Formats: sequence, C-alpha cells, structure tokens
Amino acid sequence: MRVALFVTCINDTLHPDTGRAVITLLERLGVEVGFPEEQSCCGQPQYNTGYRHLTEPLVRRFDRAFRDYDYVVTPSGSCAAMVRDNYPRIAERAAAEGRDGRDLADAAASAVPKTYELTEFLVDVLKVTDVGAYYPHTVTYHPTCHGLRMLRLGDRPRRLLEHVKGLELRELPGAEECCGFGGTFAVKNAAVSAAMGADKVRAVRETGAEAVCTVDNSCLLHIGGMLRREGAAARPVHIAEILAATEATTKAGAREPAGTEGSRR
Amino acid sequence: MSGTYLGMPAFPAAAASSTQDARLRANLRYATHTIRDKRAKAVAELDDWARLRAAGAAVKDRTLRHLDHYLEQLEESVAAAGGQVHWAADAAEANAIVARLVRETGEREVVKVKSMATQETGLNRALAEAGITAYETDLAELIVQLGDDLPSHILVPAIHRNRGEIRDIFRERMGRWGRPAPEGLSDAPGELAEAARLHLREKFLDAKVGISGANFMVAETGTLVVVESEGNGRMCLTLPETLISVVGIEKVVPTWQDLEIFLQLLPRSSTAERMNPYTSMWTGTTDGDGPRTFHLVLLDNGRTDTLADTVGRQALRCIRCSACLNVCPVYERAGGHAYGSAYPGPIGAILTPQLRGTASELDASLPYASSLCGACYEVCPVAIDIPEVLVHLRERVVQGGKVTRRGVKTVLKPAKGHAAERAAMRAAGFAFDHPGVLRAGQRLAGRTRRLHPRRLPGPGHAWSDTRDLPPVPAESFRDWWRRTRGEERGK
Repeated sequence: MRVALFVTCINDTLHPDTGRAVITLLERLGVEVGFPEEQSCCGQPQYNTGYRHLTEPLVRRFDRAFRDYDYVVTPSGSCAAMVRDNYPRIAERAAAEGRDGRDLADAAASAVPKTYELTEFLVDVLKVTDVGAYYPHTVTYHPTCHGLRMLRLGDRPRRLLEHVKGLELRELPGAEECCGFGGTFAVKNAAVSAAMGADKVRAVRETGAEAVCTVDNSCLLHIGGMLRREGAAARPVHIAEILAATEATTKAGAREPAGTEGSRR
Repeated sequence: MSGTYLGMPAFPAAAASSTQDARLRANLRYATHTIRDKRAKAVAELDDWARLRAAGAAVKDRTLRHLDHYLEQLEESVAAAGGQVHWAADAAEANAIVARLVRETGEREVVKVKSMATQETGLNRALAEAGITAYETDLAELIVQLGDDLPSHILVPAIHRNRGEIRDIFRERMGRWGRPAPEGLSDAPGELAEAARLHLREKFLDAKVGISGANFMVAETGTLVVVESEGNGRMCLTLPETLISVVGIEKVVPTWQDLEIFLQLLPRSSTAERMNPYTSMWTGTTDGDGPRTFHLVLLDNGRTDTLADTVGRQALRCIRCSACLNVCPVYERAGGHAYGSAYPGPIGAILTPQLRGTASELDASLPYASSLCGACYEVCPVAIDIPEVLVHLRERVVQGGKVTRRGVKTVLKPAKGHAAERAAMRAAGFAFDHPGVLRAGQRLAGRTRRLHPRRLPGPGHAWSDTRDLPPVPAESFRDWWRRTRGEERGK
C-alpha cells in the first residue's frame, strides 16, 4: 500500500505542523508515507471564485504527482471534497465546451477513488478509531461544511476524538452552522462573514473548551483569527495535531499542547 | 424602501449595513431557527423523503425538457375548460396584459393573493400607473404593503418585522387603505390577526376582480393549484367575478399523479406542515360556482433563456418553498432586502442573475452572496445543487461566456471590477503550477515574517479588520520535508 500525503497549499505554507502531525500519526500506525514534491494546490480557491479554467493544469498536476500511489491522504475536508466533487465536473465541462477533456477525465478517474480526508482514511481504510493519542485538554469540535455536507464525514472525527486519552469533548452549540470563512467569501462579503464568525466564536467560548478543533485549517484561519482578535483563551487546533500527540511527546518537551507553538505561535 | 428594488447597491454593501441592524438580526435569527427546526422534524417523519425528493427533481427535469409540449397541452386544456390563455415574453408584457384585462372589466380595484410572479414583474406599481389599486390579502403581504415596504422572504414576506412593528404599522396605516385598526390594538398575535381579518373582509366582499399566481398547473386537465395557509387565497379565487392568474411557465406539471409528489414535498419544506391547510384547485370556469371569467397569463421573463443553460436550468425546478432561506447563514445575517429581488436567499442568488442577467452591479454580486456551505442544497426538496450553480454563475461574471438572452445566443464579456482579482488568480495559478516559484515565495514570506504587518493595507483590510493574520512559519512543510527526508524517491 503506497500512501502519499497531499498536504495542501495552505498547510504547506502556513501550517506545516499539521502536515508533520499527519506524518507522525500515520508512521506511528505503521503506514509509510510519501510526499511527492510535484504537488501544489487542489485548485479550490480558483474554482470557487469562478476561474475554472485556471484549475485545469492543477487537476493534471494532482494526477501526475499522485499517479504512483494507492492512497492520497489529506488533512483537509474541503480540498478532498474539491477533488472528489469537482475534478470530474471540470473534465465534463471541458468536454462540453468542445475541448478534448479526456486527459482531465483520466486524471479525475484516477484521483477521485484514492483521495481520502485524514479521518476517513483512519476509520475506513486503516479501520482504527483509537490511534493511541494523548491530549489532556478540553476540546470542542466544529464539523466544517465540506466535511459535513460534501464528504459526509459523519461521526468519524468524533469517534477518533472520543478515543483520545485525557481529552474531554465539549458539545458546540449550533455546531453544524457555517463559521463564515467560505474562501474568498471572507473578503468579498467581509461583513456577513464576520457576523457569522462572531456567532461561531461566541459558541466556542460558551463551551469553555481550551481548544476548537476541525478537519480544516482554512476554517481555523478564520475562527482562530477572530478568537485571537478578541483575546479569547480558546485556541484553534487541527484534528491531526491532536491525534498525533502522545504521552511521550506531551511530556518530552511540549509544555504547551499542540496548536500553540510553531506555525500558530 | 419604496416598493421597488431598482437602484439598490450591490449585495456586500447592502449586507454591510443590514448586518449592523441588531433588531433585524434578532427577528431573523428567531424566525429562521424556529422554522428550520420544525422543518427538520416534519421531514424526518417520512421514511421515503429521499425518494420523494428524487422523484420531484425527476418530474421537474422531464417536464422542463419537454416544456413546449406541456405548455401547449396546458393551453388547450385551459381553453377547453372555458379559460383564456395569454403569453407574456417579459414583465412589461405581462403587466400590460393584466392592466388591459382589468380595465376591460370596468373595475378600478383588485384583490390579490400573494404571488411571487407578480412581485417579480412589479405588477402592483404597473397597475397603480394604470389607475388601478391592488390590495394584497396575504397577512404578511398586507403588512409589507401598508408599511410601504418590500418583501424580504418568499414565504414570510414580513419576516423582518416583529409584533410591535406590525402593531404600529396597522395603527398608523390601515385607515388610509380601508377599515382602520381597532382602538387600542395591542401586539398580541390574536388581536393583530383579527384586525387584519376585519380590514380584509371588506376587500374580499367588494372585489370584482381577483389576481393570483399559482404553485402548479396541471397540463392534462388545465387545473391550477394555489397552496396557502390563511384562507385569503380561497377568498380571492372564489368570490370575484373575474380571476386573472399570472404564472411562470416552469410551474407546469404533466399530470395529477405528479402533483401528488409536490403536495407532500412543499408543505413540509416550507411551513413544516404535514398537509397544506388551504389547497385551492380550479379548472377553467364553472357556471354558478366561482369566477365567470378566467384568464391565465403565462410568464416567460428570462425562463426560456435560463432553460438554455445546462448547469443553471436546475434553478427552474424551484417550488418556492423557502427552505433554503431558512437554513442559510448568509440570509440570516444579511436579511432578504440585500438581495434586491423578489427572490432573496440562496435560490434568489441563482435565480435573479439568470432571469435578469448579470449586467448590473447588484445582479453580478449575487452569486458571491454565499459561503458555499451547502445547507441549501441539503434541504432543497427538488435537489437543486445551489452551490454548483453559484460557482457556475461566478464563472459567468468573471469570465463572461455564452448565454442566451431573449432567445438569442450571445457571448457575454467579463464583468467590470474583477481585473485585479483575475491577475492575482492567474499569478497564483502560475505559482501553483511551478512548485519552484511556490517554494521561492514561501521562503521569501518565511524570511520576512518578522516584518509582516498586523493589519493589511488595501483590499486586505477586509480580512484583517476583524481577524488576526496567521503568522507565517519560518519553514514551509515542503522545505521541512526536503531538509529532513531528502527528495521523495522516484520523484
């Protein structure tokens, strides 16, 4: 089983800790993970803003980068959803426009079945829910929209979190409501995005949890940015960083838990 | 607000002001959350909801594919049952037909049962210009009309008003339109409803002409169906001598058997009711029973053009239940008026730019009035993939492309105001397709990270006004990988 990490452009550039956490976690579970450097961005920001044609080279690039792998694992619900929902569509539209969409169709056919969001890969492929993690903190879980409604992750992330030793899960009121990030929506409709974010942040603070966790750093960029602007104690943490933490790593050096150091300071 | 959506600002500007209206936010939050929870319970009662939904979508798709056939069948059936059918290519033609038909009766007043199609065409204003007064009889439409306001929701047009505001409108305005509000009217729901009943009763009993829309038209028999919950529709449809119905051409269904699907989907999705309270159906005219004269005005107004778009056409399946509005986090914060159309919310964001085009700044901004969270698609009883159509229309705005306008295929130019974004997207596209360039950019950002400002200048302030910027790490993931693991083997 050849497994590759698709780290995503946001994690690569802004949250390398999340990528490192996926490597740590999967290697701890006995999986050898590759990182083909040809990978870059799934194309979602361009596609969702209306620049579908600009995503076509990225569809081909994704396929080239991961063609030799059996599984592509990504710590992002929305990037996984981009590949699975929109790559076939991009090929169909190219063909409908009278262009030869066969290479795009081939790329989509190859990419779609092997692309997994991290919690799907753990629960559905590796068939584990107890990954041996230790994270002695109160955590609330925000199910991101693309994880919830496009990938239908269901209770997979929750089942993984429930098996983390020391972790106390706090219910998030209105959990299924969008946080207001929405990619370029956050700047194109900044007022509405901020109003949605303010409600989400209030809900997070109401739980009293030390950390808010999601399967997507893009949503956390928005939620975390607002939490920090408000000077709130709750911090954003990607689920991979929680699942990668163990008693050894917690005792070894990290006076602070994952999510407070490195990329997020 | 003065009864027209013309000249309204683009969605982001309108929403920037409405999100600051604390009372509006509170009214909308309470109302939409109440109705969305009830809908979820009503839908969960049916084991076969997913199949009903698929059937509803399939029937609509099949009918739209053969729309010409079913419309001609409908015209024949309505004529055979004693009705007269008129075809209106656009809003102006529909309004002119209705004004002429009313004038021919010699009447100067009409009663209306709430109709989205006549909101879309701006019929009340056109009738006023022709010297005809139209009285809205739906409770919420009455509140909107008395308040010289605009509807902000498909099903609950006065959702932006609370009880206190409604009491004030009734007290101040009812007398100008007819029977005044009772002395000492309070904001108790029962008293408000009774004031409206008394006020409207006079209108129903005097009216010689009624104007309606329709939720469905059955092609095989020429039967029209109005689904409502107050009984005002039943009054408007049965008491007047002349009935004029203005209906969008996409409202046709082939048979009564098809209707059975939608009469289950619609009430549970819209009002969370198992069965709709007042379902009125009529077929042409019947001697001694109801209106003597029946006119059906079939409205196109951009629908045929919409049908020509293979991605966007699914918007024509819409049965106007408003479930998408009630779950939409953007609608909940921005309110319906920001959408500048009779069709607010997610469905409006895909319908308006197709019916009206994307030429105006407002219409071009509507496809972006969404975080693409997908809640609308999930609740839509006819499975309209609203996020898919939103993204499709964003593409039309920034790139232009082939569209059909008034039956003629044309090529749209990209909308103005996206040049900087287009350049940025192209530059990002180049970097993402050249990982060496991406790596160089990441390293530059990493080395200069101590110099990054806390708040961004220029357009970036839209982000940093309310959120802190993420700190850029010293080392990107790909640099860490190369440093610690070397080149990926075989790559």
